[in-house]
Amino acid sequence: MRRDILTSLIGIVVFTILLGLVYPLVITGVSQVAFPGNADGQRVYVKGQLVGSKLIGQNWGTPVLEKNGKPKEVKGVIVTEADPRYFQTRPSATEGGAYNAAASTFSNRGPNSTRTEEADAENIKAYLELERPYNPGLNAASVPVDAVNTSGSNLDPEISEANAHIQAHRVAAKRGLSLATVNGLIGKYTSGRGVGFSGEPGVNVLELNLALDRLAGGAH
Amino acid sequence: MSLTGWLTIVLFAVILTALALPLGRYMAKVYTGERVFLTPLFGWLERFLYKVLRVDPQREQDWKSYAKSLLIFSLAGWLLLYLILRTQNAFYVPHALNPLGYHSAPWNVTFNTVSSFMTNTNWQYYSGETTMSYLSQMIGLTVQNWLSAGIGIVVAVALIRGIVGRSGKSIGNFWQDLVRTILYGLAPLSVLTAIVLVSQGVIQNFSTYLTAHTLTGLTQSIAMGPIASQEAIKLLGTNGGGFLNTNSAHPFENPTAFTNFFEMLLVLVIPAALVFAYGRMTGNRRQGYAIFATMMVMFLGAVTVAYIAEAHGSPAQHAAGLHTHVIAGSGGGNMEGKEQRFGIAGSALFDVVTTVTSCGAVNSALESFTGIGGAVPFANLSASEVIFGGVGTGLYSMLLYVLLAVFIGGLMVGRTPEWLGKKLEAREIKLAGLGILITPLAALFCTALATASSAGRKSIAEVALSKSGGNTPQGFSETFYAYLSQANNNGSAFAGYTGFIQPSAGNVGSHGITFADLLGGFDMLFARYAPILFALAVAGALAGKRVTPAGLGTMRTDNPTFVVLLIGVIVLVGALTFFPALLLGPIVQGLTGHLY
Repeated sequence: MRRDILTSLIGIVVFTILLGLVYPLVITGVSQVAFPGNADGQRVYVKGQLVGSKLIGQNWGTPVLEKNGKPKEVKGVIVTEADPRYFQTRPSATEGGAYNAAASTFSNRGPNSTRTEEADAENIKAYLELERPYNPGLNAASVPVDAVNTSGSNLDPEISEANAHIQAHRVAAKRGLSLATVNGLIGKYTSGRGVGFSGEPGVNVLELNLALDRLAGGAH
Repeated sequence: MSLTGWLTIVLFAVILTALALPLGRYMAKVYTGERVFLTPLFGWLERFLYKVLRVDPQREQDWKSYAKSLLIFSLAGWLLLYLILRTQNAFYVPHALNPLGYHSAPWNVTFNTVSSFMTNTNWQYYSGETTMSYLSQMIGLTVQNWLSAGIGIVVAVALIRGIVGRSGKSIGNFWQDLVRTILYGLAPLSVLTAIVLVSQGVIQNFSTYLTAHTLTGLTQSIAMGPIASQEAIKLLGTNGGGFLNTNSAHPFENPTAFTNFFEMLLVLVIPAALVFAYGRMTGNRRQGYAIFATMMVMFLGAVTVAYIAEAHGSPAQHAAGLHTHVIAGSGGGNMEGKEQRFGIAGSALFDVVTTVTSCGAVNSALESFTGIGGAVPFANLSASEVIFGGVGTGLYSMLLYVLLAVFIGGLMVGRTPEWLGKKLEAREIKLAGLGILITPLAALFCTALATASSAGRKSIAEVALSKSGGNTPQGFSETFYAYLSQANNNGSAFAGYTGFIQPSAGNVGSHGITFADLLGGFDMLFARYAPILFALAVAGALAGKRVTPAGLGTMRTDNPTFVVLLIGVIVLVGALTFFPALLLGPIVQGLTGHLY
């Protein structure tokens, strides 16, 4: 008994040092030397300013302004509307505004819940309002599911190809580009399936939007 | 559904088997004391650790002594982890390791969290990036990720020794088994895995949270941290507690479809390898193959159901007017709570992988799975996690079922049941029976208590959010899943169920829901340690038995007939225990398509 207690006490301290300090520090050291970009989260800078991470989705909206010129807020959260010049990410329900990457969360919408249906219906409506002017004949049945359902992390950086090709009509019109040019960029920033068969192809929205800005001859 | 989806599932099973076979051979060598290729590298460290710990590795322990060492060590770990988590912003914590100055979570939530990580459950009422400092994650939670996995494995090894023991009392030495498990098994695998994960995009740094200024003029705050090191052991040790709240759905924990596939292999490779190690240690590899076949059949059945159900879409989606079939450029299906890069197949497979094991990591929101898709994790948990199961826990629970199946088979043919040459008698059967029934008992008792009391209803998200006040199948599912998952030491959740109210990040002004925190905490502790004691007692009872050679009438435990019998026993026990409760939640949702 006493022997077990002594061994346990020494053991827990020794293992804490080895597995809780030495191990993570060694991994950090190796990672920072071998893969510094990845280890730091694939940060993206434009003109020296951090604009996001390639892996983390963003809200591509602009603040809605009140009559007095200040951003409109509801319960302390800035209200935004989609910026039509950019591709839009999936809906996100993180607290403190969409795509809050300091507090990832599941939406926990049940398969048979009325609130799931309401959220879906609302997202379909918003999507149609934004895209139908540029896609005549678009209706609820032809809206891709990823454009309406929130993701697992609520920080999904990608959208489906079908979703991107619908949005391409709007972005091309707003930017005065040909549809072929925009679709070409979509192809360029679509990731294939992992090792050829695993998962689904997806379009990285941040990379795509950055490429569009570069095309427009922006300073970056 | 798509061809690539089915291909993913088939290739996964093939690659898993191909990896587990050699690992099983290696592990059998480690636990029978043979030299392995890492001995020259780690032998000195092993001897040094015995010296520091004042352990005599030659000392043989009987089952009681083995259990005593295990329990005392677990208690020491519990106390230290509680201390670490409750002093999160104390004077000794360097700023760099708590860059946002987070306070500690309240006592009741901490009680739940500590019990959770100790028992390999990793149930999380807290959310990583808004609650824990980097230091707490490293020296607290990560360490228990290692140790709880190690303890699970050594119990399985001790039970195997009892089964194959030749007339003695000893079932090995706890400290030697633990040190060897970590040094020769978990450590090399974790280091390799962590580096592979970083090479694919999992982050590993100590910087403070980033503030990005987006191109449309908004600001975005982004959580950081030493994630890869914890991610590796989280998966290999079937722990499953995410560094970040959304676990393996978060792009920093699981950035690509490739890492998703890789992470699933990590979860199952050790539990599968242990089955092969068992076959080798009994001297008859076919014993291992029979159990592996049993597990694989049940596993593939579960994946098939989940994939078909999720690809079909949910009643809520259809009611809103969405079409969920595959179209050009979109995989369709129930994408609520699922990430684009994994798609339906990658999410359904991950879900099954982590609920047949005690891993409990998630890459999609289980609460948003369709009724039938959500019934699959329920069914996996109802089988008491013997389909591969947690590292070690899966094998020792399965071996108790094997014992029961041998007994039932013996009754059917009218002979004294024998298993690997040892006669099974009343004592072992009683111990195994109790060991099997403890987990369902804990799960159902807690669920009943929580659904019948107003204190329990405080935790149900649906109560606050739905028009019907939470008196819905979804509300029941949330509650049932919470206690079933904690009893099975799984840790995945229908995450609407909560035991922690946190108004803002950093724990200022937060409080726990004492009922849910304590009930869950005791649920986990009881359902972890009681079966361990029963498994070790069975080991002790079997270790002393003499071996008689197999005769003509001996029922074989290594052929397809036995596989069928074993599946039958598992399904029967699970179904008889849980079917009424399952009807009330996921099944009624899956069958009716009604909206609540």
